[in-house]
Amino acid sequence: MGEESTTFSDGDAIPRVVIVDDHRLFRSGVRGELGDAVEVIGEAGDVDSAVHVINETRPDLVLLDVHLPGGGGVEVLRRVLAKNPGIRFLALSVSDAAEDVIGVVRGGARGYVTKTISGRELADAIVRVADGDAVFSPRLAGFVLDAFSATDAPPVDPELDRLTQREREVLRHIARGYAYKEVAKELFISVKTVETHVSSVLRKLQLSNRHELSRWATARRLV
Amino acid sequence: METTAAETPRLTRAVEGRLLGGVAAGVARHLGIDPVVVRLALMALTVGGIGLAVYAALYFALPREEVEDRPEGSEEHRRKGRDISQIIAYVGLAAAFGVLFMIFGGVFDPLLWFIIFGALGATILWQQANPAERDEWMASTVSRAGPKGLMRTGTGVLLIVIGVIGFMVFQQQLQDARAGLSFALTLLAGISLVAAPWIIGLVRERDAERRERIRNAERAELAAHIHDSVLHTLTLIQRRAEDPREVQRLARVQERALRSWLYQRPADAETTVSPALERVAAEVEEEHGVPIEVVCVGDCPMDDGLGALLRAAREAMVNASKYAGGSGISVFGEVEEREVLVFVRDRGEGFDLEAIPEDRMGVRGSIIGRMERHGGSARIRTAPGEGTEVQLTMPRIPEL
Repeated sequence: MGEESTTFSDGDAIPRVVIVDDHRLFRSGVRGELGDAVEVIGEAGDVDSAVHVINETRPDLVLLDVHLPGGGGVEVLRRVLAKNPGIRFLALSVSDAAEDVIGVVRGGARGYVTKTISGRELADAIVRVADGDAVFSPRLAGFVLDAFSATDAPPVDPELDRLTQREREVLRHIARGYAYKEVAKELFISVKTVETHVSSVLRKLQLSNRHELSRWATARRLV
Repeated sequence: METTAAETPRLTRAVEGRLLGGVAAGVARHLGIDPVVVRLALMALTVGGIGLAVYAALYFALPREEVEDRPEGSEEHRRKGRDISQIIAYVGLAAAFGVLFMIFGGVFDPLLWFIIFGALGATILWQQANPAERDEWMASTVSRAGPKGLMRTGTGVLLIVIGVIGFMVFQQQLQDARAGLSFALTLLAGISLVAAPWIIGLVRERDAERRERIRNAERAELAAHIHDSVLHTLTLIQRRAEDPREVQRLARVQERALRSWLYQRPADAETTVSPALERVAAEVEEEHGVPIEVVCVGDCPMDDGLGALLRAAREAMVNASKYAGGSGISVFGEVEEREVLVFVRDRGEGFDLEAIPEDRMGVRGSIIGRMERHGGSARIRTAPGEGTEVQLTMPRIPEL
């Protein structure tokens, strides 16, 4: 999927983005904050219209709210990815509930950020995800560390069910509030390597069907 | 019965969807027909005398179907519940047929058929009552009385009426003496069969109403809460609009309050580390108005050393709030097997650690000293322009 000749991070192109959120006020706010960094080619306020707009416009990236009328962000992911597996999603939410966060990432989103994120950081995250990398907020990194360590049971598939020492180290730095660049400097590796580690964690998070993962998310259900 | 070689499952005793031994379900799956058909056939054979023998033979002859572990869940519970009621229904039906055959001495007695008509009608009416329950689970908008429903209800009533009247007519002709009693009983039974579904419907409606009332009460409580807290804060924010710092503080305080109200953690804030760390961060944030993001991994019970760790972390957060500048503070707490780590990081100016005079370091006494007194350690990493990170480590007291 990452074989396209243009990369957005090099400034070759501006990512075409669809914003999906049920608050019109928030959509226009994000639009304003992002400014020229992205081209917003569509908006939607519920699951059905989101699926329609996304399949119609085929954006580089969808900014997806976790809570949506009509089934939530997970439902949008399910319906769009079945048809257009190449479209990338960045989840955006006010909810810090583990179930929501893990759910939307396991549903196929390549990153998760909270709505309090600054405009500049959001633009960075969009470019990164549009390029096929993964974006973890400190909180998501914490959740993943927690989920993958919260077990005594032997992993079903060691390849998918366990984080490597290096991946844990990268996640711990992200949880401590380090940006990718800072993590790279700290661990004496390149930013590209950090990105590779995070993408690999994302893959494990999405593909591991270890029982603990879902059980953990349910146990952390805070309601 | 279609048996396409490619898709026919092996003849086994089913585990999923079984009622007793899984014989009927297994056979039905093998033949590709509804298990109800197989069960009714087995039942008929049982009334005829050989059904039980056939069932037992199949039970011991067939291997058990292999299934993977199913996750526990309400789905299975519900299925189990339905199983028992189905078993009762089949046994009841078999017994009823047996008794009827015994009383009437064969399938040719017209009385038997009127009774069966009546029973059939009643069944259809009962079925009509059931979808109401199912609809309630699936959607609230499905209307109960479509044209199809009306037709079924009509058929049910008609069958019952035919059954009752036919029964009475033949009863009078054949046995005048018992007619009076039978008349009353049969009429009563007929009426109650017709009326029962509607009575049940009424009861269900009342339940639904009660649930709606509870929901309304919850909504009212939520509205009250939002009025007391959120609206109040929004008013304050409007009045303090010229002070962005204060506005941000108010918004953060309200956000945290609402969040904890919505996603309340069951854990007690005083007895384990991670909620305690979050509480400390919330306090510092409220006092100093600098947003603090807390991420915690793992948890463990509090002890003296960890109390000191939290006080040191608090001191570090206060320092960070003072010197961090506008940008936020990241706090990361990690409970490991042997130790608990807390990182407090700001993105402020940073400073030259060496350049600070020995005597005026709140850092040295309240953070490093405190940690060392309790057997832990503290490291401060900073450089001009790179922000500051305080790393606290406290060994855990091994649990007994």
